[in-house]
Amino acid sequence: MDQPNPFDAKGPALALETVGAWLLGLLWVLPLAYAIWTAFHPPEYAAHFVLSAPLSLENFARAWIAAPFPRYFVNTTLLVTFILVSQITLGTLAAYAFARYRFPGRDIAFALVLMQLMIMPDVLLVENYKTMGRLGLIDTIPAIALPYIASAFGIFLLRQTFKSIPQELDDASRVEGASALQTLLKVYVPLAKPVYLAYGLVSVSTHWNNFLWPLIVTNSVESRPLTVGLQVFASGDQGIDWSVICAATLISTAPLLIGFLLFQRQFVQSFMRAGIR
Amino acid sequence: MHGRLGVILRKREVEAWLLLLPAMALLALFTHWPTIATIVDSFYSTPKARRPSQFVGFENYRQMFDDPIFWQSLTNNLWFALGTIPVSIALALLMALLVNDRIRGRTLVRMAFFTPTILPLIAVANIWLFFYTPQYGLLAQVLSIVGLPDHNWLGSKQTVLACVTIVAVWKEAGFFMIFYLAALQQIPPNLAEAAALEGTSRWTYFRRVQFPLLMPTTLFVLVNAVINAFRMVDHIVVMTKGGPDNASSLLLYRIYQVGFSFWDTSYAAAITVVLLAMLAAIAAIQYGVLERRIHYR
Repeated sequence: MDQPNPFDAKGPALALETVGAWLLGLLWVLPLAYAIWTAFHPPEYAAHFVLSAPLSLENFARAWIAAPFPRYFVNTTLLVTFILVSQITLGTLAAYAFARYRFPGRDIAFALVLMQLMIMPDVLLVENYKTMGRLGLIDTIPAIALPYIASAFGIFLLRQTFKSIPQELDDASRVEGASALQTLLKVYVPLAKPVYLAYGLVSVSTHWNNFLWPLIVTNSVESRPLTVGLQVFASGDQGIDWSVICAATLISTAPLLIGFLLFQRQFVQSFMRAGIR
Repeated sequence: MHGRLGVILRKREVEAWLLLLPAMALLALFTHWPTIATIVDSFYSTPKARRPSQFVGFENYRQMFDDPIFWQSLTNNLWFALGTIPVSIALALLMALLVNDRIRGRTLVRMAFFTPTILPLIAVANIWLFFYTPQYGLLAQVLSIVGLPDHNWLGSKQTVLACVTIVAVWKEAGFFMIFYLAALQQIPPNLAEAAALEGTSRWTYFRRVQFPLLMPTTLFVLVNAVINAFRMVDHIVVMTKGGPDNASSLLLYRIYQVGFSFWDTSYAAAITVVLLAMLAAIAAIQYGVLERRIHYR
């Protein structure tokens, strides 16, 4: 990555490129910077940028009282944990079958899995809502999670990883009398740890941020995740109070944002690893 | 198959299916079955209190054909796709080239580009809503400094679609950037050296060496961008609710509206079939045409 490249910009060209990159970067953080300014200053400075504006945490206090954020945090945490644990369990089992077993119908089964890459649960709102109704799960956290816990993306990613693990390790474990599950747990899972981490970060941030399906399938504080709670709050009838909305927006994104600032490299690499096939 | 080997093979087959069972069952329940049910339901009427659902043939499709809002949502969605796909891919490539060079503070700049990826679309939509607000939104303030008149960006049929397209580009470009960045870093440095020895210009090197080698990445990003163009509607719910006068309604948003505001589930199923058909066409093009033409290492 850091080998000298004859086409690397030098001198004035590099300066120009640096300025360009910084300007584009500034443009990209502008909306977030704007929200941070508004959230940390009294409402009269919401759109009034003077350096002498006093700092204030009052918007956060007001937002925290105005909506049951602790409950939303609990719901979202339960939701993303449930999804991640199930996705990893089901994905690991299925990926092992696709990577190391030969059986009639394997290719058809794999094609049926890959279908979900194109036809995501996000598109099948109406029918999935009917299914949840029949299962009596409307307005519950499992209803938000269920359509997503068999993940084609996760199965595909883990299958690729398992295929790259030497077959000899599998054979050796089997010769010692280990069962399929024992081999999976002792040989494959430890070697795939970086992929699990990458997949975990992508899954958690995806489902922390998911909105439309949870909006449809929940209708009470008890099951609403943060994104839906934020929307209910922001479109409430107390009039538009931008300072409080910005504070609430920052509150609900804070865990991901702070995690990202701290583990920036892992985040970027995880998204990269998860995306390269 | 006979004897011990046959028994072992049979046992492995059973084992494989047991491993697959939980995932396949859930996929069947929440992907395959609803896909089929959507198609079936699109040929039936929506059940009402006094009139149970009945077979109506192509009635829902005829309703769709005569529904100006459907056509408008479809057209809007195509413009939205045409706006987000090329712009976000071009920006992603530009960003990757910028932070791949040894500029000062490239980690910070890369972070700035990537931040929108981890923020919920619904939350950034709130911020952008504030951004676009007439009179005291940031855009309005910048315009007043420059001396241009104020404009109701989201309230005007002429500008609203462009405004929601910009939000989508802003959200996606940094995500696509990291794939280009990874691919750029995998290009062997001796290619650049060889090109430099022959006196190739920077632009020619990009056009003749880097860009062709990035083609598989471009295909991957392109497919993602196309799917996202038909899936990103969270910001519409917050910023415009499809308005004004359906000028920013997209297909999935229209499905949501018909299915869950008007509760006309059969008509919503018919529109979903159109969306599914488009996604299937994209898949066919991806596997049938593009993959064969692009050079892989």
